[in-house]
Amino acid sequence: MTDLLQLTALEAHEAMVAGDLGAEEYTAAWREAAAGDELNAYLWRDEGGEEATAIAVERDCVAPIAVKDIFTTEGVPTTAGSRILEGYRPPYTSTAVRKLLDAGAPVLGKTNMDEFAMGSSNENSAYGPVLNPWDRERVPGGSSGGSAAVVAGGLAPWAIGTDTGGSIRQPAAFCGIVGLKPTYGAISRYGMIAFASSLDQCGPLTRSVSDAALLLGILQGKDLCDSTSVGIDGGIALPGREDLSGLRFGVPAELRGDDYDSGVRSVFEGTLRKVEDLGGEIAEVSLPSSEHGISAYYVIAPAEASSNLARYDGVRYGMRAGGDGDLIEMYEATRSEGFGPEVKRRIMLGTYALSSGYYEAYYGQAQKVRTRIAEDFSGAFGSVDFVVTPTAPSVAFKLGEKTDDPLAMYLNDFFTVPMSLAGIPAISIPAGLAEPEGGGPQLPVGFQIASPAFSEQKLLDAAYALEQGIGFDARPGGGAGG
Amino acid sequence: MARLARLRLSEKEVERMVGELSGILEHVDRIGNLDLEGVEPTSHVVALENVLRPDEPRPSLPRDVALASAPEPQGGAFRAPSPQAE
Repeated sequence: MTDLLQLTALEAHEAMVAGDLGAEEYTAAWREAAAGDELNAYLWRDEGGEEATAIAVERDCVAPIAVKDIFTTEGVPTTAGSRILEGYRPPYTSTAVRKLLDAGAPVLGKTNMDEFAMGSSNENSAYGPVLNPWDRERVPGGSSGGSAAVVAGGLAPWAIGTDTGGSIRQPAAFCGIVGLKPTYGAISRYGMIAFASSLDQCGPLTRSVSDAALLLGILQGKDLCDSTSVGIDGGIALPGREDLSGLRFGVPAELRGDDYDSGVRSVFEGTLRKVEDLGGEIAEVSLPSSEHGISAYYVIAPAEASSNLARYDGVRYGMRAGGDGDLIEMYEATRSEGFGPEVKRRIMLGTYALSSGYYEAYYGQAQKVRTRIAEDFSGAFGSVDFVVTPTAPSVAFKLGEKTDDPLAMYLNDFFTVPMSLAGIPAISIPAGLAEPEGGGPQLPVGFQIASPAFSEQKLLDAAYALEQGIGFDARPGGGAGG
Repeated sequence: MARLARLRLSEKEVERMVGELSGILEHVDRIGNLDLEGVEPTSHVVALENVLRPDEPRPSLPRDVALASAPEPQGGAFRAPSPQAE
């Protein structure tokens, strides 16, 4: 049994296709592993019951997958980590999950997340925080923290999540796995519960870059149900590049501050040397507007959220509160009881930013900053192939460490938000281990690589070569493995 | 503002939020002073124009399925409290 669980999703897929591995046996082994969840990472698991009929696949031939609980799945509880959707069973299935089922990937379960994907630590879930498999006193990152924890913790071979400002890449970094945010439009958003529609994007959380490529190949594509979906021309092939010769990697000049942990910096700088060892060239690029990314993001994302979340009104689905009052009282009671503090905070922030008299000063100005950030990246990509940064300014922090300071929590997205605003793809791969600032056992550090829109193939090829060069094989609990 | 957002906040929540939101807005206000005269605001990150699909009728959700998740379905419709207090 244990040996089966050591296979990457790609290895398992190839063995199943070749007939060397029984899909039923393999999926059963993962169901059993998932049932041992002690991390609060799953909100629902497929135990073969009635709820699972709508998501049954005809023939298993792709590794079973954990799905962030933000993807609507017919007949299966879908909460987006919110009390307001407790018990909700959607009448339809999201395109991403539909594509997985059509490809032959059984859904193992739905993973815990920050409420409506708003958070960087998974502490904003209405169903309790997810624990980091490396250190259960620490957060797994967020908002796709459940998806990252199940992959790192041996509770699923791979998973999907969503990334609005770093919600795939940052938890992947905190949990020592691979996380890819594709170009905006690469994967359909149909049935993906909306947070900030101009930024939200589905993507893979996996053990290896090859697994991420296999998964992206399944998920990507234009979808009639999402007019902003484009797909990736030519699809995605498995990466096979062995070195980085002829490729230029840009390090933002603005990065050279003291605004991130020294342990992260030493892993980052060590990885740059590894890039050079593999034949890549390191150059300096300038992204002067990126320092305003957090400000622009925390106007745009809450503004869109305040509008998107207006739909939770206690009328058509989800919970209702309010007793005998009139309609407005019912709305207010339902939303006040149904939403958690972070969601309320962002709705308030967004409502303010969009209100008459402030719209131009906040939303209008933020959208102009966004243009500047995108222009910075286009300029940089004129002279380099990739832009690289650490994925997060620190390793996984302690549960409760930042919950009283929302701004400190927001600043955790410093390195990931600019790519989201520019709509470009970015991947985080595990680059090494570092000791937390306050001391303690070593924890994973992520290395982020970003590339121009729709250049995922080139990005995955380079990330693959670097992954082989780094040879990261540490596992939670101190063990090393496959 | 809470009323606009259809939220009812307790005094304690308001107190906490006023402090937190001021801190966040102070950070956000840094972009207020940037000279962005003439910069085109981003409306969409991917150059897409007039995405069309064939205008063909397709089946939609059956009424009973659409109503199945409603807190208070009645007579084939969504029931909600009256907009006017009695």
